[in-house]
Amino acid sequence: MNASIKSFDAISVTVLPAVARLNLRIAPANLEVASAAFGLPLPGKIGQRVAANGRAAWCLSPDEWLLHGPEAEQTAIVADFATARVKAPRSLTVISDREFTIAITGPRAQELLSVACPLDLSGMVPGTAKRTLFDSAQVVLIR
Amino acid sequence: MLLIHGPYCDDTLPELEFAYAGAAHIARPADPMSLSDEEWRDFLYVRSNPRGLHAERWRYIHGCGRFFNASRDTVGDKFSVTYKAGKPRPDLEKAVQMSK
Repeated sequence: MNASIKSFDAISVTVLPAVARLNLRIAPANLEVASAAFGLPLPGKIGQRVAANGRAAWCLSPDEWLLHGPEAEQTAIVADFATARVKAPRSLTVISDREFTIAITGPRAQELLSVACPLDLSGMVPGTAKRTLFDSAQVVLIR
Repeated sequence: MLLIHGPYCDDTLPELEFAYAGAAHIARPADPMSLSDEEWRDFLYVRSNPRGLHAERWRYIHGCGRFFNASRDTVGDKFSVTYKAGKPRPDLEKAVQMSK
């Protein structure tokens, strides 16, 4: 799955290597508990991203975060959140096998995305994410 | 394409990502057992169908997933204001003036 699918001068579409993906839902008031468990200060504003030490988090909704980490750390992340559960209730779902990540790069990447994505992509700030539609599939668009 | 302002992400987004969810500000009766059949029927099914401003619920189903309320003109489909669920109904006349 890691091989390049198509490559042209203007655009390249690649399936990225697997990572641990988790969907976290927690009350915004308890965000500090989740930040401590994940080891990153989770962003409070929709679309924002934080990343360090191979882990990354994006805020998708007022109470929902997408977490990425190295595949080998998935069990450890789940265990850390299980420990933190006594402090604050939350929902953590492993979605590593439900989704995969495609990297679209090149000068005409935006043009390719705009074929099936209804968003105004020109206004999307680098380093942000947005859950949206691509054709009929729900995707998280990360720039 | 209709553009809708999402009050949670504070961004104006395409209608395709949203789902309509009926009329807004309909409070469930606190004690349904005390209601007559007619009153319960009215709560469940009877809605106004105004020509003009309509307060309605929408869900940003393919984004943050939140329900919110909106005021839409049923004639021109223009959204005059959107606001978070649980907030009181805003002064619609004023909102229409501001959105012009």
